[in-house]
Amino acid sequence: MGKIIQFLATDLVKNKTIIFYLLFLWVTGFGLISLQGQSEKILLALLNISILVVPMVCLVFSIIYFYNMYEFLLLLHAQPLARSTLLVSFYTSLSLVLTGVYLLGLGLPVYFSDAGGVGLLLLLTGSLWNLIFIGLALLMAIWASDRTKGMGFSLLIWVYFVLLFDGLVLLLMYNFNEYPIEKLVLYISFLNPLDLGRILVLMQTDAAALMGYSGAVFQKVFSETWGKGLVLVLLLLWALIPFSVSIRWFNKKDL
Amino acid sequence: MSAWKPFILCLMTLVPCWGNAKTIDLYPGEGRVISDAILLAAPYDTLVLKEGVYRENSIAVDKPLVLLGEEGAIVDGQMGDEIFVIVSDDVSLENLTLKNVGVSYLKDRAAIRLNRVSNVTIRNNHLLNTFFGIYLQKSNECLVDGNTIRGAAEEESRAGNAIHIWQGNRIRVTHNTLSHHRDGIYFEFVDESYIAFNQSRDNMRYGLHFMFSNDDTYENNVFQNNGSGVAVMFSNRISMENNEFLDNWGGASYGLLLKEISDGTISGNRFQSNTVGIYAEGANRLVLSQNLLQNNGKAMDIKGNCMDNRIIENNFIGNTFEVLTNSKSNLNHFEGNYWSQYSGYDLDRDGVGDLPHRPVNLFALITDKVPAAHMLLHSFLVSSLEVAERMFPQFIPEQLIDSQPQISPYPYDFD
Repeated sequence: MGKIIQFLATDLVKNKTIIFYLLFLWVTGFGLISLQGQSEKILLALLNISILVVPMVCLVFSIIYFYNMYEFLLLLHAQPLARSTLLVSFYTSLSLVLTGVYLLGLGLPVYFSDAGGVGLLLLLTGSLWNLIFIGLALLMAIWASDRTKGMGFSLLIWVYFVLLFDGLVLLLMYNFNEYPIEKLVLYISFLNPLDLGRILVLMQTDAAALMGYSGAVFQKVFSETWGKGLVLVLLLLWALIPFSVSIRWFNKKDL
Repeated sequence: MSAWKPFILCLMTLVPCWGNAKTIDLYPGEGRVISDAILLAAPYDTLVLKEGVYRENSIAVDKPLVLLGEEGAIVDGQMGDEIFVIVSDDVSLENLTLKNVGVSYLKDRAAIRLNRVSNVTIRNNHLLNTFFGIYLQKSNECLVDGNTIRGAAEEESRAGNAIHIWQGNRIRVTHNTLSHHRDGIYFEFVDESYIAFNQSRDNMRYGLHFMFSNDDTYENNVFQNNGSGVAVMFSNRISMENNEFLDNWGGASYGLLLKEISDGTISGNRFQSNTVGIYAEGANRLVLSQNLLQNNGKAMDIKGNCMDNRIIENNFIGNTFEVLTNSKSNLNHFEGNYWSQYSGYDLDRDGVGDLPHRPVNLFALITDKVPAAHMLLHSFLVSSLEVAERMFPQFIPEQLIDSQPQISPYPYDFD
């Protein structure tokens, strides 16, 4: 397994898209620092970039990479290797490289923006998003043998988590405005790792005071140590569950 | 005869300090040193408190006297009742250090109370751990200048106000430093007064709080890091200029809360890092001009019951939300402000944007109606809705526009 990971990781690092991704993160990150004075505004902007870019890059890049390496995968199958070993090494190498690039790409701007502990939390959340969306991408890739279908659905997943989910939540809140829905909204946010991570980071910044009563409800959970722990565990679950399902599917799949 | 009048007038004012005005030195000792001295003193005498600790409270100043403290003169109320109760006109209290007035739930105990007097001067005193600091009650033409008042308040219900004025006219409150009380300055029914160069910081509730007080002027004050900022209510013809409202940050904090207030001017002020910069409810015919609103959560929350206010030539820089309202119509006038969120262009290079600016933010409107929607703050959905709404306004009030948005901020000097 180690050898496969090593091979895939070196192959990924040489990939031009990855280098371009790193450059993009640096340019936007440092560009923001030079434009904005306040460390908190920089942090919020970096958070927005993470929300937008991380899921998309992870989903699209991982799924294309999987399809491209499909024949290599078949070749490896001729060897006496368990299927789960293959998929785990795929997942691990993708996670290593993409998360590494993310940390390098935004870690430096965060370091220079004096964001402190909140910056570290942002990086941690972003890394977990990487793990989550790579897992979802592999799930889609295994589910759909057809490239177009796989790509289409992974984009749909992106749109769903970034836009549609929030839209539905907003609609729900509009219609049930008369009821005390703060708690409910809190639980609903568990269903979207992007919302979960975003609120977690926001709650550690001054922006929390903008959120009034609902902010206070969130703050109770998201600013306490156990709450932060719970959110991180939930995010880890979001990474583990799709990936373990994809292993199961991969084991049964007719290659 | 008429030529003699001014002379006689002069004589009359001079007479008191002519004949028998003495200076009496006091030294700390057993018993009620200050009270006894006041009892023996003649009107217009000067009592000089020498260095040391005077353990005394409930000192009634019932004749016109000057009380001067030398350096190190401390009057300790021993957590008991009020220290000085001034019931005579023309008293002056200077350079004293007063401390330790006990908390009472029945009586608003103050270190210095002025009761129905006029022409009293309270200057350069230090008040430490006094429940209420200086309490002016039905007094006119008094001066409160250069005092440092620092409380030890830990909870709002056990805290008093630093300077509390209840009914008064033509009072000057200047150069005071107020902190760790409930309200820094509290006014009720105080007219034609002048409040300037005060620093009100770290108070539990409001830095400045006034109600039913008309024709007052507030200048060059700093209100920083108070629990809920500054609240001004039910007052007319107020002028607030060159003040600073800073760091009032919290779930229910405002830089400046205006409620039922009319015909005032608010100009040259700096509102920085407040949850809500200016919150206006029932405010009418105010002129808000040449202010700087920077890095606030919501720069301005102006409710639908505000009418005929003119918001002109202000700088709105780096606020999360610029203007928030709860009405679809707009009865106020926005013109010639600089908005850092303005995204229009200036083809003719005259410094004024060619497209009007809509400062109201859709998300701010949504969260005003549906508070739970705050959970979507800074999400991609919100930013995309925002862009769509600015292009094709559906929900934001269509008339609330600045038709003359500036391209670059005004060069106001705020240092």
